Amino acid sequence: MIADGVEDEEKWLSAGIAGLQQNAFYMNRAMDSNNLRDALKFSAQMLSELRTSKLSPQKYYALYMRAFDELKRLELFFKEEAQRGCSFIDLYELVQHAGNILPRLYLLCTVGSVYIESKEAPAKDVLKDLVEMCRGIQHPLRGLFLRSYLSQVSKDKLPDIGSNYEGSYTDCESFILLADPELRLAIGLSGLQGPAREKEKREKERNALRDLVGKNLHALSQIEGVDLDMYKETVLPRVLEQVVNCKDDLAQFYLMDCIIQVFPDEYHLQTLEVLLSACPQLQPSVDIKTVLSRLMERLSNYAASSTEVLPEFLQVEAFAKLNNAIGKVIEAQVDMPIFGAVTLYSSLLTFTLHVHPDRLDYADQVLGACVKKLSTIGKLDDNRATKQIVALLSAPLEKYNDIVTALKLSNYPRVMEYLDNETNKVMASIIIQSVMKNNTRISTADNVEALFELMKGLIKDLDETYEEVDEDDFKEEQNSVARLIQMLYNEDPDEMFKIITVVKTHVMTGGPKRLPFTVPPLVFSTLKLVKRLQGQEENPFANETSTTPKKIFQLLNQIIEALSSVPAPETALRLYLQCAEAANDCDLEPVAYEFFTQAYILYEEEISDSRAQVTAIHLIIGTLQRMHVFGVENRDTLTHKATGYSAKLLKKPDQCRAVYGCAHLFWNDDQDNMKDGERVLLCLKRALRIANAAQQMSSAARGSTGSVTLFVEILNKYLYFFEKGNPQITVAAIQSLIELITTEMQSDSSTPDPAADAFFASTVRYIQFQKQKGGSIGERYESIKA
Amino acid sequence: MVLVLAIGDLHIPHRAADLPPKFKSMLVPGKIQHIICTGNLCIKEVHDYLKSLCPDLHITRGEYDEDSRYPETKTLTIGQFKLGICHGHQVIPWGDLDSLAMLQRQLDVDILVTGHTHQFKAYKHEGGVVINPGSATGAYSSFTYDVNPSFVLMDIDGLRVVVYVYELIDGEVKVDKIDFKKTATTRSAH
Repeated sequence: MIADGVEDEEKWLSAGIAGLQQNAFYMNRAMDSNNLRDALKFSAQMLSELRTSKLSPQKYYALYMRAFDELKRLELFFKEEAQRGCSFIDLYELVQHAGNILPRLYLLCTVGSVYIESKEAPAKDVLKDLVEMCRGIQHPLRGLFLRSYLSQVSKDKLPDIGSNYEGSYTDCESFILLADPELRLAIGLSGLQGPAREKEKREKERNALRDLVGKNLHALSQIEGVDLDMYKETVLPRVLEQVVNCKDDLAQFYLMDCIIQVFPDEYHLQTLEVLLSACPQLQPSVDIKTVLSRLMERLSNYAASSTEVLPEFLQVEAFAKLNNAIGKVIEAQVDMPIFGAVTLYSSLLTFTLHVHPDRLDYADQVLGACVKKLSTIGKLDDNRATKQIVALLSAPLEKYNDIVTALKLSNYPRVMEYLDNETNKVMASIIIQSVMKNNTRISTADNVEALFELMKGLIKDLDETYEEVDEDDFKEEQNSVARLIQMLYNEDPDEMFKIITVVKTHVMTGGPKRLPFTVPPLVFSTLKLVKRLQGQEENPFANETSTTPKKIFQLLNQIIEALSSVPAPETALRLYLQCAEAANDCDLEPVAYEFFTQAYILYEEEISDSRAQVTAIHLIIGTLQRMHVFGVENRDTLTHKATGYSAKLLKKPDQCRAVYGCAHLFWNDDQDNMKDGERVLLCLKRALRIANAAQQMSSAARGSTGSVTLFVEILNKYLYFFEKGNPQITVAAIQSLIELITTEMQSDSSTPDPAADAFFASTVRYIQFQKQKGGSIGERYESIKA
Repeated sequence: MVLVLAIGDLHIPHRAADLPPKFKSMLVPGKIQHIICTGNLCIKEVHDYLKSLCPDLHITRGEYDEDSRYPETKTLTIGQFKLGICHGHQVIPWGDLDSLAMLQRQLDVDILVTGHTHQFKAYKHEGGVVINPGSATGAYSSFTYDVNPSFVLMDIDGLRVVVYVYELIDGEVKVDKIDFKKTATTRSAH
C-alpha cells in the first residue's frame, strides 16, 4: 500500500511538473514579447501547481524549486517593466487579479522584492505587509514554502537597504515574525505524518523540512541589525519560546542545534544562562546531551582559537553555569542512559581543560560528578559509555601531555574503577603511551604509587576469573610496562630507592606470567642506582635510613628470587651474575659470593637444557673472570665449580671450549697475583684431552675423525698465553700442536672441513705476522716454525 | 658504495625504553643496504623496527634475546669484504681484543663485529678490523659507569671501508670516522 502511495506520488509530481513547465513556457514567451498581461496570467497558472496537497514535503520541495527558478526570470521581467515605466503600484494592482490566493501571494512577494530593491517605498512597510499576508496561508506545507520564498527573495535585498536605512530593527522583527510560524510548522507537520511504521519516511520528510527552517534561522543570523543586545533581548527569547512551546522532541532537538550552530560564539557565551535555562524545559526525550555537547564543543573551540577570548569566559562564569546546567539535566532526566551522562561530563571536561587549564580543581570536580553518577550503576557494561569514559580520561593527558598533572586529579582513579577489566587495560596502555610519547619522568614515590594504582589492570590479575588473552597482546602490554619502569627516575638516591620499593611491591603481585617481563627492568633500574652510589664517598653522616648499596642488594636478592616461582631460571641466573658484578664493583665480597652461589644453585638444579647450559657457562666464566673482590678461598671454590661444570657439558666440543675458557680464570693480565701459569696449562691440556676424545668418538661413531677445528682453537689459546708470557707454555708444546694439526689434516680418515683449513691457514699467517712484528713479541715467535 | 648499519645491545625494554629520538630520526628506511646486529634486541618489536629500516637484516644471539633462533655467529660477504658477527658473551675474556682476534681468524673474516661490552671500539688488527658498535640505547653495563648510546655505519666501497661512529654525548650526536683499506692480497691465499 505504501508502495502504491509512493508510485502515486511520483505520478502526481510528474503531472505537477508537466503543468508547471507548460505554463512556464507560455509565460516565458509572453515575457519575450513584453506582454505583461499574458506573462502574469501564465505565471499564475504555473504557480497554481503549488496548490496541491497530495505531495510529501520532499516532493513538494522538488516542485517548488522548479517554480522558484521560473520566478527568478519573472522577477527580472518585473524589473524591466519598472524601467519601462510601469509603476509598482500598477504591478501590485495587476498581480492582485490572480484568481487563487497562493499564486497571488507568490506574485506579490516577487513584485514586493523588486519594490524593496527600488527603494521607492520604505522596505519596512512593504515587508511588513507581505509578511502579514503570507501568514494568512493556513495550510502548513504551502504556507511554509511561501514564507520560505519570501525570506529568500527579500534576504538578498536587505544588506542594500541596511546601509541607508535607519536601524534594521524592523527587518529583524519581520523575520522573526516569519520564523515564528515556521518553527511551529515543523512541529505541526511532524505531528501530521501518519502511523509509526512510516517512521523512516517521516524522518526523511522532517529532514527536508528542517533544512528549510534552518535556512531561515540562518538568514536571521546573517542580518546585520541583529547585534548582541538584540539577540539577547529579542531574538533568542522569542526563538526559545517557540522551541519550548513546540512539544515535539525531534523538532526541539533540531532547533536547539540550529541555534547553537548559526549564531556566533560570543553571543552564546553572553546568553549562556538563557540558553541553558531552556534545556530543562525541553521534552524529556530530547537528545539534550548532544545539544549541550555541541554547545560545549563550540565554546571549547572558541576558547582554543585565541587566548584573548578567555577573559570573556571568566567574566560570565561559563564553567559554573555549564556545570550547573549539566547537573540539573542529569538530575532531571533520570532515564538518561549512562552513556549520555558520561558524554556530557566528557564535553564539560574538554571545555574546562581548554578554558581553565590552570584550574585542575574544575577538572577534578567534573570527574567527581562523573564518579557520583557512575556509583549509582556500578561497573559499566555499555560499550559506548566505556568508550566515552576512555575519551574523558584521555582528555587531561592530551591537554597537559604530562601524566604527573593528571595524577593530581583525585577522582581520576575513581573513574577508572568503573571500567571493565579489558577497557581498564586499554586506558592503562593509553597512559603509558602518553608517558612514553612525552618522555615524562615520574620522579616521586608518591606519583609512582598513584601511577601504578592506575595501571593495576596491567600489573596484576584483577579478579579470579580466567581470561582468554592473546599471547602477543599480553607480551606487548607487559613490555610497555617494562618500558614505563625506565621512566621512573629521581636524582636523589633515597627517593629513587623509595620508587624502586614501590615498584617492587606492585610488580611482585603480578604472578608468574608477568614477572619475567617486569623483574629484569626493575633489576637494571636498581643496578643503575647501585652504580650511582658506588661512585660516591661513604657518607659520614649516614644514618640507618639512608640508602646504601648493601640495602639495595638485599632488595635485589628478593626481587630476583621471585623469578623462581615462575620458574625462569635462565633469566634469574643472568640477573644474579649482573648483581655479583655490581657487588664486586662495590667491594662487597660476601654479597658477590652470595649472588654467585644463587647462580650456581640455579645452574645445578634448574638449567637442564644443554644449549642453555652452554650459554650459562659462558656467562658464569665470563663474569667470574672479571671479579677481583674474592679472596683466595672463595675464588678457588667458585673457579673449581665452574671448571667442573664445564667438563660436564653434554657435547664434547662444548666441554672443550668451556674448559679452555676456564684457563682465563687463572690468568689476568691486570693483576699480578692472578697469573697461575700452571693451572692455565692444566686447563689447556684438559681441553686437548677432550678434543682427542671428541676425535675418537667421532671416528668410532662415523668412521672418520671429526674436524680439527677444536685443535686449531686450542692452538690459538696456546699462542694467546704464550704471547702473554706464561712460562708454562713452551715453543715445543706449540710446535707439537701444529704438527698434530698438520698430520690430522693430511690423514685419509679425516673429514674435509674448509672452514677449519681456513682457520688454520689464518692462524699460521698470524704466527708469520707476529714474527715480522719484531720487538719482544717477534723474538718470542722467532723459534716457532709454521 | 654500500651502507651497512652495525648496531646492537639495545636491551629494550629491560634497560632502556627505546632508541634515542635523535638516532631514530637519523635511521630512516631506504638508506641502508644491510643491517648487522650483534644481538640483545631483546624483543620482537625491536626486530620488526630494524627490519623496517632495511629488510636485509643479520642478527646473532645475545644472552637476553627472546628469539632463540638467532645463530651464535654469522658470516656474510659484502662487496670485497667478508664480515663476521657475534654477540661476544661467548668470547672470554669479554671485550678482549686478542681473544676477539682469534674469533676473527676462526671465522676468517676481514671485519668482525661484536657487542656485549656496550663500549664502542674499532681496531685495525692484523690486516682486518674489529668493531664493537656499542649500545644503541646506552644501556646499563657493568663495564663502564656511563654508557653513551652509539652505533656504527660502514660505507663499503671496493677495497675501502669507512667506519662512521655515531655517539650521543650529552644530547648531541658526535660523528667519528675511521678509514680502512684492505690490501688486495690479504685473503688471496684461498
